Amino acid sequence: MGEIARFVIERVEILRPDGTLAGPLPAFAEDPDELVKLYRAMVLTRTYDTKAVALQRTGRLGTVASSLGQEAVAVGTAAAMRPEDVLLPSFREQGAMLWRGVRIEELLTFWGGDERGSDFAGPREDFPVCIPVGTHAPHAAGVATAFKLRREPRVAVCVLGDGATSKGEVYEALNLAGVWRLPMVTVVDNNRWAISVPVEAQTAAATLAQKAIGAGIPGIQVDGNDVIAVRAVVARAIERARAGEGPTLVEATTYRLSDHTTADDARRYRDDAEVSARWKEEPIGRLRAFLLARGFWDKAREEALLADCARAVDEAVEAYLARPAAPATDMIDHVFARLPAPLSRQRAEIERRARLRAREVAGR
Amino acid sequence: MSALTLVEAVRTALARAMEEDPRVLVLGEDVGRDGGVFRATEGLFERFGPERVLDTPLSEALFTGLAVGLGAQGFRPVVEFQFDGFLYPAIDQLVNHAGRLRARTRGRLSCPIVLRAPFGGGIRAPEHHSESPEGLFAAIPGVRTVVPSSPARAYGLLLAAIRDPDPVVFLEPKRIYRAFREEVVDDGAALPLDRAFVLREGRDLTIVAWGALVREALQAADRLAEEGVSAEVLDPATLAPLDVETILASVGRTGRCLIVHEAPPSHGPGAEIAALLAAEGLFSLLAPVARVAAFDVPTPLPRLEGVFLPNVADILEAARRLLAHR
Repeated sequence: MGEIARFVIERVEILRPDGTLAGPLPAFAEDPDELVKLYRAMVLTRTYDTKAVALQRTGRLGTVASSLGQEAVAVGTAAAMRPEDVLLPSFREQGAMLWRGVRIEELLTFWGGDERGSDFAGPREDFPVCIPVGTHAPHAAGVATAFKLRREPRVAVCVLGDGATSKGEVYEALNLAGVWRLPMVTVVDNNRWAISVPVEAQTAAATLAQKAIGAGIPGIQVDGNDVIAVRAVVARAIERARAGEGPTLVEATTYRLSDHTTADDARRYRDDAEVSARWKEEPIGRLRAFLLARGFWDKAREEALLADCARAVDEAVEAYLARPAAPATDMIDHVFARLPAPLSRQRAEIERRARLRAREVAGR
Repeated sequence: MSALTLVEAVRTALARAMEEDPRVLVLGEDVGRDGGVFRATEGLFERFGPERVLDTPLSEALFTGLAVGLGAQGFRPVVEFQFDGFLYPAIDQLVNHAGRLRARTRGRLSCPIVLRAPFGGGIRAPEHHSESPEGLFAAIPGVRTVVPSSPARAYGLLLAAIRDPDPVVFLEPKRIYRAFREEVVDDGAALPLDRAFVLREGRDLTIVAWGALVREALQAADRLAEEGVSAEVLDPATLAPLDVETILASVGRTGRCLIVHEAPPSHGPGAEIAALLAAEGLFSLLAPVARVAAFDVPTPLPRLEGVFLPNVADILEAARRLLAHR
């Protein structure tokens, strides 16, 4: 018997949890302004998440999925993209969406139960969040195929979770991307928990990056709590895709410090001790330690940043809360480009029922 | 003008659509050099090349989602499914994405895609190759389900489906792919979606049928005419959204309605039409609404499909029962 193939999965680490360097800095990280931008974006994301959970707890927002502890994956990924690339997020990538120009008010509008929140004013071609796990991976392949057919130097970037790697469609998309050499980068945000199922119960594979091997594409693992490493690794994958060299799967290992969503209670299935230990590795403190050590940051700037973020979120909350619900007919007026004649009866019924509901509310 | 079979009409419409709009792509399994297992895409690869006619890996969920992504980017993908029994992996993408992408982004992104599939029994095909799942697809909001019943309607409706800015499931009755020819003018003229076609006017009874069974319905109407009965034959063509006005108007004139389909009876499009008549056409009815359908069983293998599938005799028998009500 002879060996016919051998595969290696590399892991990239740059910043250690204490903020010291484990590896060489990529070129962009030599510019302190770039690092501060990444830091600000992560802090804004955490401020938003904290507020969103608080709004849900007080009945002013629907169920929402916090990205506490995972900010580096989303922010690092988005920072590696160009504006003309297309992001296809899962439902925990608010950090990436904000970076790309989705407004806080739009995020709140969506999670507050209003489709208008997905009509982004900013990144018009980006996909809305995808809640049916992994079903957006084929969309990314479609977007990437569009870029390839039009010979546009653009890349489709799909972010999905560890649980999604168990889904057939994710493999099918990676497989197609490999055969067609698509400009597609798939980032697996491995936060170790698919609600209550740990990654060890999700797969026998030692890494999720190696799922790329079966699809014949490169797979690489990166420390997902290190925003510098995430940005560097995803940027390399994106530029490779942009140059026509095909897709890459990036596994970013991180940890979900929050519950799965506000409808979840993680204490039912995991120890607080495990969570506390993981707090030592979270991405914001790590980058702050690095910035402080290099003299790029100080207490005054930290306080100013926290105040800025709080103000931006508070203003968005006010605007979100002040916005009236859409007219009830919005639910039918956007299903088709033009209302099909047979649906005009149902549209009239929606209007009638909306008037009844308004009367019921007024009568109370 | 030339006399085409239904599958030739499909091919002619695909070529016309690709010729007039560079955004139109054809993709699926074996649609390239092979020309599709039913030859519906024959010659397209040679004419339009590998960037317009794309052979995909064998994964239906994937290429449905692929079409969603292409559609959001402004392409007009027409996806071929090889057989009805392989359509089911598409349902997740249709329900969760294709049918709601426009609504959930308030029109920022849309899904101008067509999923074509041969459907129905009667060709003694293997297991999973003779299904009539139109009821499943017709139940999906935001997605049109269209079924042609002749070469000319296949041509006109497929052009309309491809030009439409929203998703369409286009189910082609494979039993009549080559069963007869019809004059088709390849002038690029589409037929309207969301509109039923009255194929034969009548006074005493409305027979509603679609797909391959329209032929049996018309034959039954001929036989009834010999007995002095005037039967109207109505083809909804677009099963969802359903042209309720034309159905109500027809039954309003005839007072009797017989619905004929190959899909299982329960929760099917026939049930929808019967419910419509109960709610809005009851007082014009002279007889109960009747259905001649398959059965609520998995599609049997070919040796029993003769019993499973409705035929002209079944239609005549049901029609005569309705006509006994005066």
